[in-house]
Amino acid sequence: MRWVPRAGIAVLLLAGMLPLAFPSGFVLTAATLMLLTTILGQSWNILGGYGGQSSFGHALFYGTGAFTTALLQVRFGWNAWAAAAAAIVAGALVGAVAGALVFRQGLRGSYFALVTLAFAEIARVAVSSFDITGGGFGLLVPLHRGAAAFQFADPRVPYWIAWLVVLFGVMLAFGLERSRFGARLVAVRENEDAARALGIAPVRVKTAAAALSAGLAATAGVLYLQIFLFIDAANGFGVAVSVQALLGPILGGLATPWGPLFGALALRVVAELVHAVLGSLPGIDLAIFGVILILILRFAPGGIAAIGARRDA
Amino acid sequence: MLEVRNLHRRFGGVVALAGVSLAVAERSITALIGPNGAGKTTAFATIAGFHHPDSGHVRFAGRDITGWPPERIARLGLVRTFQIVQPFGGLSVRDNIAVGAHLHLASRAEARAEAEAVAHRLGLGADLDKPANALPIAGRKRLELARALATRPRMLLLDEVMAGLNPGEVGALLPTIRAIRDDGVTLLMIEHVMQAVAELAERCIVLAEGRVIAEGAVADVARDPIVVDAYLGEGAASRLAGDHAA
Ligand SMILES: Nc1ncnc2c1ncn2[C@@H]1O[C@H](COP(=O)(O)OP(=O)(O)O)[C@@H](O)[C@H]1O
Ligand SMILES: [Mg+2]
Repeated sequence: MRWVPRAGIAVLLLAGMLPLAFPSGFVLTAATLMLLTTILGQSWNILGGYGGQSSFGHALFYGTGAFTTALLQVRFGWNAWAAAAAAIVAGALVGAVAGALVFRQGLRGSYFALVTLAFAEIARVAVSSFDITGGGFGLLVPLHRGAAAFQFADPRVPYWIAWLVVLFGVMLAFGLERSRFGARLVAVRENEDAARALGIAPVRVKTAAAALSAGLAATAGVLYLQIFLFIDAANGFGVAVSVQALLGPILGGLATPWGPLFGALALRVVAELVHAVLGSLPGIDLAIFGVILILILRFAPGGIAAIGARRDA
Repeated sequence: MLEVRNLHRRFGGVVALAGVSLAVAERSITALIGPNGAGKTTAFATIAGFHHPDSGHVRFAGRDITGWPPERIARLGLVRTFQIVQPFGGLSVRDNIAVGAHLHLASRAEARAEAEAVAHRLGLGADLDKPANALPIAGRKRLELARALATRPRMLLLDEVMAGLNPGEVGALLPTIRAIRDDGVTLLMIEHVMQAVAELAERCIVLAEGRVIAEGAVADVARDPIVVDAYLGEGAASRLAGDHAA
């Protein structure tokens, strides 16, 4: 087997076994965050990698997931699982609407990035302005340990649930590469006019990809909420979330099934190292991520997976 | 099969199509010729839905397709190629053609298999794994044709697919194009390579300054003084005739 899938499978299996060595505590928490960043990156990779439609505001979908499930539970007394399902659907819908709005206008390239960024910021300001969404403080989900409430005393359980979602994300990417829908999505990315001449409706394809991507991002948001039982405007809709979403796949390897996992791992390791050395200064994560982004674009435009692929060649 | 009536299209002050009317019979090969800037490519783009006509109508396979989006027209079986080639640059030749095959094949494996068959037919068999960007221009021209053909169209609009090919390559492509027609595909082709026009086309339509100025059998059209004037300038036909007389 080649380097890239071998490394991908190894990282995935090691991540799956990590809780056996670290059943709780700092390492498990860092690894949990790594998995959530992976899911977010896998989500971004569908639309930005395979579809070529870069979003600067993936927090819009992640936050929609986290806030929808939190709201339904806290304000409307929904069961956590039902609320999770509704939140994922809500995320996908927001993705479809945002996508349809932009793509139907025939706006290409950076417009989608700007529109998603603007929407995410509007959402961030909106949730911090209304009492029902927790205002400036955020929403705290009351503690009700038990599988029925999607809350687990053992932190390994949500970790493994997140791990399964990561596995699903990897399979989803492989599925895209082996499906007509994926072929159409890539064709639209490569040349929209040529795609149309061959019978592909770009708006439909991109909007479907946006819905799929947003649904997966919302899933990451739901997992975050169920693990930390808390969400606020910055954690849900903040720019740092959007930056991580795009940085993982760009660092790990754009439009590759394993890229988001490699990228998230590298990001988390670097972030934790810097925290260990410098402590957690406010905004330090974003600053680090910015530096990483510049370094990748300068020295390894294809990301980690491309470095591996070059070794294979 | 295709009927175009009084098509108008302007770009700002430039009138690209000034009332184009033409008809193409099913299973025929028709050439669309004319000097550079005559509006041939614009006619294709407008017929195929890439431009909205300012006025006029396009009928295809018994339906009025005026104003339809290009993807819907392609799904009805009318597929164009691009004079300025538009490959999916980062994809392999195989995957480029498979995108076309996906119009009627849902399975990735079947679409790729069909892509390979079409590639072999068009002499791209050795290039299947190359990225489309790595092909020389002649190869990319053939890729345009291969992708369109893989959709299993009822009618193809071929925009200068012979341009840039050497005479040997043109000669090799002629029987392929004839075979495409024999499979039941109607062909309308913009072509400057007169060898191809003469050998392939049953009919020839001449466009100049956005209008059809002549049509008919290729040999007749080539002798038409209006056509000679359109290519060589006003009065050229009579000067040539004068030379002959002298
Ligand atoms: N997208 C466009 N914008 C502006 N002018 C155009 C455009 N496309 C074509 N034209 C103009 O329309 C005329 C016809 O062009 P075209 O259809 O490409 O001619 P042909 O294919 O016969 O050489 C030319 O004068 C060209 O400059
Ligand atoms: Mg032209």
